[in-house]
Amino acid sequence: MIEQSETHSSEDMVRLEDAHKIYQMGTEQVNALAGVTVSFKRGSFWAIMGPSGSGKSTMMNILGCLDRLSKGRYFLEGDDVSTLNDNSLSELRLRRLGFIFQSFNLIQQLSVQRNIELPLYYLGWEADKSAKRAKELAEQVGLESRLNHKPTELSGGQMQRVAIARALANDPNIIFADEPTGNLDSTTGEQILQMLIDLNRLGKTIIMVTHEPYIAKHAQYQLHMKDGLIDRIDGGGDETK
Amino acid sequence: MRQSRFVRNIWLGIENLLLHKLRSFLTMLGVVFGVGSVVAMLSVGEGASKEALEQIRKLGSNNIIITSVKSADDEAASTTHSHMSIYGLTYEDQLRVEETFNTIRETAPVKLIRKEARLGERSMELRVVGTTPQWFDLVQRPIIAGRVLNEADNQEQSPVAVLTEFGARKILATKNTIGQSLRIGGDYFEIVGIIKSESGEAGNIQIPDQQVDVYISLQLAKKYFGDVFYKQTSGTRTLEMVELHQIIVQVDDTDHVESTAAGLEKMLSKFHKKKDYIVSVPLALLRQAEATKRTFNIVLGSIAGISLLVGGIGIMNIMLASVTERTREIGIRRAIGAQRKQIITQFLIETVVLSTIGGLVGVGIGVLIPVLITAVSGMPTVITLTSILLPLIISAGIGILFGLYPAARAAKVDPIIALRHE
Ligand SMILES: Nc1ncnc2c1ncn2[C@@H]1O[C@H](COP(=O)(O)OP(=O)(O)OP(=O)(O)O)[C@@H](O)[C@H]1O
Ligand SMILES: [Mg+2]
Repeated sequence: MIEQSETHSSEDMVRLEDAHKIYQMGTEQVNALAGVTVSFKRGSFWAIMGPSGSGKSTMMNILGCLDRLSKGRYFLEGDDVSTLNDNSLSELRLRRLGFIFQSFNLIQQLSVQRNIELPLYYLGWEADKSAKRAKELAEQVGLESRLNHKPTELSGGQMQRVAIARALANDPNIIFADEPTGNLDSTTGEQILQMLIDLNRLGKTIIMVTHEPYIAKHAQYQLHMKDGLIDRIDGGGDETK
Repeated sequence: MRQSRFVRNIWLGIENLLLHKLRSFLTMLGVVFGVGSVVAMLSVGEGASKEALEQIRKLGSNNIIITSVKSADDEAASTTHSHMSIYGLTYEDQLRVEETFNTIRETAPVKLIRKEARLGERSMELRVVGTTPQWFDLVQRPIIAGRVLNEADNQEQSPVAVLTEFGARKILATKNTIGQSLRIGGDYFEIVGIIKSESGEAGNIQIPDQQVDVYISLQLAKKYFGDVFYKQTSGTRTLEMVELHQIIVQVDDTDHVESTAAGLEKMLSKFHKKKDYIVSVPLALLRQAEATKRTFNIVLGSIAGISLLVGGIGIMNIMLASVTERTREIGIRRAIGAQRKQIITQFLIETVVLSTIGGLVGVGIGVLIPVLITAVSGMPTVITLTSILLPLIISAGIGILFGLYPAARAAKVDPIIALRHE
């Protein structure tokens, strides 16, 4: 089910074409996404901004293959993934995507190491190999001394670093972060931002939702949404349509 | 590698269950008691049927045993007057029985006499049975030494004697005693063999050889000792005349046992004015034991079934609560890339681990119960491999059956909604 779009460019990491997401609320329809067309280039760093309810999370869920479009097409590294079934989308999330959430979304009962290992477990890695990888990742985010701690014993910033390590476990080309600094104070938030900047320097495409202009200004592009549509795009060398 | 992944999944399941030790323990209690009662039930039922079969084997499943008894009014008369009571089976009865029924393969007569006997220095009262070689066909017992009575002994009226294990012990005979002379009453018999003997009762039927010390030929018993005996009852000596104390009948086929027994009753009633005999059928005991076991199994089986069902529902209930409680965890796993079937597997493994551990503990308890029953009541119980494996398989099955619905619920969790869930 892989199709090439005519407007597709090999530089595109992800591309949405006339993307619609419609929620049925009783008799009323909510157009959370009302026809978005946008390309995110490989290696770029995006900040998605906009008022509450403008459709930022909806777009992130679509891009992160957690949800499907009501209408339109979605290309991930050139592959049309808009028609894939639940199993194939799970497979994509597992192998090619990384996620960071506002509320960290760590499993409370599992240790830091187990949380980082989670994607590797589903990838079928052997126990000793994945333990080794988890340690390397913990080191990368500066948490090697906390491997056996439970998330509840960590600070917010530390939890978000565990989440980053977990998102990196499958070595994705793209990382989606929905308000990653939203639950953190500004100093900690800036540390997390710095990690994302470093990852972008290593070549990873980063798409991040944020409400804070001081965070957004570090991104290459600032995409402003309004009522399920792109209001404007700032920064970069333009030509993003 | 698949194998080790499977083992790892089980370990992860156990780890997860250990996070809630008390809850996991309470969850498996139902299965523990369910499986425990199944194991106990099976071993009690098995014990009962094994005992019944053992008794039938001793009695002979194709045999019918006709025993002489003093009829009730005779019994009353003998206590008031001192006179000779004549009752029981006759030599003629045996011939008639053998000739009348073509379903009968063989018959063996039993004439029971108590006589003082002497072997070397040792002197004891022995229970002597006069019979024919057919006895040894009908009541098959292993030979310990020497041989049993044969047709030649019968025809030549040879004065030979076969001791039972009991008799040999009483009179202190051993393998080495074979060939020596045993004096019974005033006559001498050559000891030609010793055979094993069985004792015990099945229902109201006595094992035919439990009251026997020594066998001699019926002809000689008749000739030497006659048909009249003194009987010592509560201080008074009465005279009794009995020709045969028992006739053992072997029927050619198990299917003919009951009809032949009915025919025997009918025929004997024509020739006996008083009911001075009892026809007993070991097979009927088997039937009775089987019927009892069936009822027993149905009653206990449904109790055990209900407790297993309750155990299963308990597991399902807790697992459903656990799915709700872990909605967010499920959402996280799904967001990271776990497929629905992997979530199903995770929850199924947890329930199966729970129910199987419950099953193992249940087997432990279920093995103890029959041991206690036997110790306290003397009721025989038998623990077989099936009675352990079957409940274990059932408990694992219960884990799957009652785990499927909660697992399916878990897999339906929508990651986006779950991640928003607090
Ligand atoms: N599952 C849903 N069912 C119905 N409507 C929904 C659902 N999810 C989102 N919406 C609606 O879609 C619109 C966009 O929501 P979305 O969560 O994308 O906003 P957002 O830009 O992320 O806002 P915030 O900054 O508050 O996170 C909102 O009007 C919201 O009410
Ligand atoms: Mg949002």
